[in-house]
Amino acid sequence: MWLQTYDQDSSVATTEIQRERRPVPSPRTITTEPRLSDKVFRGVVTAGGLSSLVILGLIAIFLLYQGYEVLVEEGFSFITSSTWEVITDEYGEVQSYSFGIAAMVVGTLLCALIAVVVAVPIAVASALFITFYAQGKLKAFLVAVIDLMAAFPSILFGFWGFFILMPKAEYWAMLLNKYLGWIPLFAVDDRIFTRSPFLAGLVLATMIIPITTAIAREVFDQTPLDRVQAAYALGATKWAMIRNVAIPYGRGGVVGGAMLGLGRAMGETVAVYTVLNIVYQINWQILFGAGGNVASLILLKFGEAKPLEIKGLMAAGFALFVLTLLVNFLADFIVRKTGSKGR
Amino acid sequence: MSINTPEKKIPTPQKPWKPSVAERSQSIAVGVLAALASIAVVALTPMKGLLPFLIFSGIFAIVIGYLKGLIGRGSTTAKNNAVGVFLGLGMAIALIPIASILHTTISRGYKGLHWGLWVDDMSLNTSTDPIAEGGLYHALVGTLIMVSIALVIALPLGILTAVYLTEIKGRFARPVKFLVQAMSGVPSIVAGLFIMSAIVYPITKTFSGLMGALALSILMIPTIARTAEEVLLLIPNDLREAGVALGGTQWRTVAMVVLPAVRSGLVTAMILGIARVIGETAPILLVSGGGDAVNYNPFTGPMGSLPFYVWKSFFFGTEEATTRGWAGLLVLLSFVIILFFLARTLSSRKVRR
Repeated sequence: MWLQTYDQDSSVATTEIQRERRPVPSPRTITTEPRLSDKVFRGVVTAGGLSSLVILGLIAIFLLYQGYEVLVEEGFSFITSSTWEVITDEYGEVQSYSFGIAAMVVGTLLCALIAVVVAVPIAVASALFITFYAQGKLKAFLVAVIDLMAAFPSILFGFWGFFILMPKAEYWAMLLNKYLGWIPLFAVDDRIFTRSPFLAGLVLATMIIPITTAIAREVFDQTPLDRVQAAYALGATKWAMIRNVAIPYGRGGVVGGAMLGLGRAMGETVAVYTVLNIVYQINWQILFGAGGNVASLILLKFGEAKPLEIKGLMAAGFALFVLTLLVNFLADFIVRKTGSKGR
Repeated sequence: MSINTPEKKIPTPQKPWKPSVAERSQSIAVGVLAALASIAVVALTPMKGLLPFLIFSGIFAIVIGYLKGLIGRGSTTAKNNAVGVFLGLGMAIALIPIASILHTTISRGYKGLHWGLWVDDMSLNTSTDPIAEGGLYHALVGTLIMVSIALVIALPLGILTAVYLTEIKGRFARPVKFLVQAMSGVPSIVAGLFIMSAIVYPITKTFSGLMGALALSILMIPTIARTAEEVLLLIPNDLREAGVALGGTQWRTVAMVVLPAVRSGLVTAMILGIARVIGETAPILLVSGGGDAVNYNPFTGPMGSLPFYVWKSFFFGTEEATTRGWAGLLVLLSFVIILFFLARTLSSRKVRR
């Protein structure tokens, strides 16, 4: 095409002699090979893009490397035993030691589960309210407030929980135990209700409500309008529309949001450390004032830990890291599997 | 036959879906009734206070709304009414903590505010000194330095990740997307432990501001990457095609067309990243060392920071220290709120264009 026009132009505009003198340029070779600048660009961006992989890999490698000794020594009992002690003689020489994080793993799961059980119904209700009931300025305001709450630092939730929520939660725990104590879930052996996993779960719930609400709201927002209108056209009430259109459509997203909340709740350090009475025993009674979680154990023991104990803490950190990665992976899998299909 | 046709009556626009006065007064009556019943319950039983009142109001509103629907129109309407009130109740419960947190922090924190907060440090003060002495200048300096260093590391990496996901869309796009997601779920204490195990123990052997900044940058990258990815996805493909059609290489197109077009979005990503880490406590407690004196050097010596200051103050337990802690929280909270609204105004302007 380009060569053709060149020939035509030249035959019109130039004489025979001139045409002989002018060499016909050979066509540029067309190639898909990117230029050097693009190659460099792609290389740099790909390297930057893989930084998350590199960082996550380095985290796993270094924590494993530091905690390897303890993990090998303890073997499987690292996650099944629940003693954490280093026995030293009077000169400070280590006599024997034993590291097991079973109590803390149980505490982590317990607190996180309480948080999810409390937070998810509230979050889903709020998300549905924001999407389908609130309008105009109210909607914008609610969205802003929920997003703002998601940005609050955890230390704020921790001390709010300690000073404001704790007295109330202790009273609620007593009520629950008094009237519903016959249910094994709310039973306690000793009537100590302060700083219980129940309180920690409530604080974690207030922390994960915003993020779960935000994700659920985004999913519900994408409910196809034609299906919503079709439901109304068939004479559905608002609730019938929500139950038959919005909820089936958003189910996957809500479960994914809940799992993300679970991951957050399991890894939370400061808030749990502030409100929970960290005791080294396996405690399944949610109202009893003893418990713990892996992250707060690390913070608690780190201050005065000797090199050997630090190795144990690194191993605990590795376990926590793997646990949260697993939950995140599961969340991603569920969201993709269930998808936003609906009816 | 006249040309003038009889004047057509233009109907005034109606809104038939709008609740009529009767309907609206009915729903107000339901609310008032529920509140009255709730007041009766709170007055007659030992449960006192605002919270039981609100909860019982909600429950009564659900019941009364249900009954009203049942009597007037049947069970379908009854269920609809009840669910509507129930969802509103859920929303209210979600808002109670944020209202309580804001109220507590402001009402307790303002007592600790004074001018000296911005110019003094705590190196010469003890926990029982009067509020008017000492300040958090050292903490502000430390937070500023650490967050700046973290930003210098995390901003390029975050934006490169976003560019990789949206512009190059290479073989690893799907796994990288998942890894960024997973990285945002990494517990903050694990980030601190990682810096501890990888740098503090083998190499530097001391705590410093730089270590805190490195831990913060790990937490910052996913926030920046995800926000930047979202804004890059909003850029119409026409812009990219126009850049290529003008003879630009991909590098030129991205650097001179795409990135300038999302400039405000990238600033939003940066601000959200700062807001994410400014109150991060656990890794700071592990690796920054704390300290009460001003330290401008991030490479040596312990460095204070706002969260550390708050943490330390509350654990002294004295009345003055607790007030200082609330004041610190108030300052921290105002930073977060300012950053948040800055990000919102910037991003909303972007959408409008």
